[in-house]
Amino acid sequence: MNRREFNTWLATAGLVGAAGVPFGFTGALAQGKPGTLNSVIQPEPPTLILGLNQLGPTQTVAGKIYESLLTYGFDLAPMPSLADSWTISEDGKTYTFKLAKGVTWHDGKPFSAEDVVFTTSKFLIETHPRARAIFERCESITAPDPETVVFKLKEPFGPFIQAFEVSTCPIMPKHLYENTDYRNNPANQTPVGTGPFKLQQWVRGSHIHLVKHEAYYRPGLPKLNEIYYRIIPDAASRSLALETGQVQLTQFGDVETFDVPRLRQLPNITLTTKGYEFFAPLAWLDLNNRVKPLDDKRVRQAILYALDRNFIRDKIWFGLGRIPTGPINSATKFYDAKVKTYEHSIDKAKALLEEAGKKPGEVKLKLLQLPYGEVWTRTGEYVKQALSKVGIEVTLESADVAGWSKRVADWDYEMTFNYLYQYGDPALGVARSYVSTNIRKGVLFSNMSGYVNPEVDKAFAEGAATADPAKRQAAYSRAQQILAEEVPVAWFLEIEFPTMHDKSLQNLITTAIGVNDTFKNAERKG
Amino acid sequence: MTGILAAVGARLAKTVAVILLIATVNFMLVHAAPGDPALVIAGQSGATDQKFLDTLRAEYGLDRPVAVQLGTYLGKVVRFDLGFSYRQQRPVLDLILERLPATLLLTLTAFSLALLGGTMLGLVAGTRAGRWSDTAVTIVSLVLYATPIFWLGLILVLIFSVRLGWLPAFGYETVGGGMTGFARVLDILRHLVLPAATLGFFYLAVYARLMRASIIEVSHQDYVKTARAKGLTETQVIRRHMLRNALLPVITIAGVQAGTLVGGSIVVETVFAWPGLGRLIFEAVIQRDYPVLLGIFLVLSILVIAFNILTDILYRIVDPRIGAVR
Repeated sequence: MNRREFNTWLATAGLVGAAGVPFGFTGALAQGKPGTLNSVIQPEPPTLILGLNQLGPTQTVAGKIYESLLTYGFDLAPMPSLADSWTISEDGKTYTFKLAKGVTWHDGKPFSAEDVVFTTSKFLIETHPRARAIFERCESITAPDPETVVFKLKEPFGPFIQAFEVSTCPIMPKHLYENTDYRNNPANQTPVGTGPFKLQQWVRGSHIHLVKHEAYYRPGLPKLNEIYYRIIPDAASRSLALETGQVQLTQFGDVETFDVPRLRQLPNITLTTKGYEFFAPLAWLDLNNRVKPLDDKRVRQAILYALDRNFIRDKIWFGLGRIPTGPINSATKFYDAKVKTYEHSIDKAKALLEEAGKKPGEVKLKLLQLPYGEVWTRTGEYVKQALSKVGIEVTLESADVAGWSKRVADWDYEMTFNYLYQYGDPALGVARSYVSTNIRKGVLFSNMSGYVNPEVDKAFAEGAATADPAKRQAAYSRAQQILAEEVPVAWFLEIEFPTMHDKSLQNLITTAIGVNDTFKNAERKG
Repeated sequence: MTGILAAVGARLAKTVAVILLIATVNFMLVHAAPGDPALVIAGQSGATDQKFLDTLRAEYGLDRPVAVQLGTYLGKVVRFDLGFSYRQQRPVLDLILERLPATLLLTLTAFSLALLGGTMLGLVAGTRAGRWSDTAVTIVSLVLYATPIFWLGLILVLIFSVRLGWLPAFGYETVGGGMTGFARVLDILRHLVLPAATLGFFYLAVYARLMRASIIEVSHQDYVKTARAKGLTETQVIRRHMLRNALLPVITIAGVQAGTLVGGSIVVETVFAWPGLGRLIFEAVIQRDYPVLLGIFLVLSILVIAFNILTDILYRIVDPRIGAVR
């Protein structure tokens, strides 16, 4: 290099160096302040009006803004929220709720029992399929006084007391919505709830800022001043945000399972899988019972034997889950472990296939991958390998969310993955996947595998139609025994979502609704 | 004068026709993808029934024949009405306008730095062909060209945010910082450094390689030899005779790339949680939010056309012969 060249390079290097100075490249980044919680939300909710939209992210953010009458403990027992107390009549048909006093909406208007009547008899009936299926069972919903609501059912419905969780029954303000077009109401631009936090600002694509509702009716609560939900679309970036302290809380599937072992080792991070008991997601390999040879029980059993579910749980899901015994998650009510079990056994799988008259290599099946993240792709690759060991040849197919939804709703698949929330009770979140009355083409999350068994239909109907716990248990135990024998789908994991948060956060997860609850008791110490 | 007006008029008419054609093709393509927004919304809610699906489809007009939907759409486009987002329940134009500034800031910064830096590096390498500075530029640009953008982004975050703690890992500005005025500008600039560098490095490599090749080619031309022979200094030769001619291919490629830069920013915006248009596209595709998708496609098409016109104008400035031919 001659001197002129050297000088040119030196000048360039100097320029690059100088450019850094005004940006103040010094010190670590801000870690937030006490009283402030920074979390992540992904994907960005389309709206925060919980009565109109119940997508997962909407529930998490709007769960701080809206409330329902009840919330639920880790054992799924009801706990007060907007209702202070409640009674159930002897015949299981009348539910009476006494509401909390001094409750106001975020716009300052008083809350009353009329809001509850309006929400459950009008608003949700029009906008919310899950709530409609429950509240349409009511003969009448009345408010004898401003602090009392009475639900009278046409027939007893066992899980009715489980229907007052905030995403199932968010109470909406009657004064803003009565006699309006709910979906196109100008009030939808700003959510107005009774919850401990209200919306301060929403910068689309960047963050949602919630602040304390000063007039909240529980004295001294909430303890946090504000919550920021940052919108970070990339999973690796979300992990880094937690690692660098820019956010103090991740939930559900925010962090990919393979990042969890590393992040949980960080000195300031704690991990809990509590707070998902109400949802109790159960994952399965969906088998389209209309497709040969999946119509043969022995082939379905062989598939379940061929899967090493411990391997899936430990190596692909990094230990985040439990091995299911049947259609009901062990966290859900009326779970019964006394059913036929399927340990990993290639020999048993091969024997069953032989019994069904299938030679090795003869069965060829397509597996439509679930487009909900890397962990599902890896599980699909494992299933392909595992089934090849028993002579079943699997071809993997992929689709995006819309494509997957369309094909599965139209029964245009052979095998796919699925997981559904159970909402605390088999009548709310389990029966729908197995009863023949719910086989409906074009409707997602109906009985998509097409499994039909009148005995199972009868057991689920009996379980729902009584409030007597012993009778319900008997009916659901019978359903579980039959289904575990018949294997309509291959259950492989009771998913445990990891909630990871900074150790400075306390009293965060206090109910079975977990991160979707109000966070009214949560606090952050400096 | 009337001749020029007629030419401008013809060009405008052609542009409008092209835009309408693009709008139609976009519409058909988007509707050809399997699945519809009602199913996606139902799917992500975890529960649905036929009544719910029917209500959504009727509300979005999806229950009408595709030809009728296309007619309605084109009618609206002509009136500059981009429609209403199914998912976000807000006018598409609002959504685009609120995301556009962030994207323009990111892409224009990355693009100008890449164009300027790439051209300079290419010039240095081309005029010193075969020497160590040329080899260095060639190797660095080859590496940058071959590195996947998302990976580069994550590595930069690991180094500058996680290890050194100098720069924020993601976002557009410090949320809750309450900064105003110059402090806010500085804050946004700090957030801009990593995403702009990530996006810019790839294009920088492209222009450096292109400029180098172009300079080497021009330096063998007769007029350059003549210039040297008549005793001009090397700087004069480069400035007056080589640079302008060598820039033509760079401008051509830059013109094409400028229009598609927003598409390229999808990955960077996702990695850095940058609240721009690229992410809006990505989310709209996933959710089959037809009005948003069509709106963005239309805006991008117009941008591409605008950049093409700009490239034509630049051509005429850099090389007057091109204008003279017409």
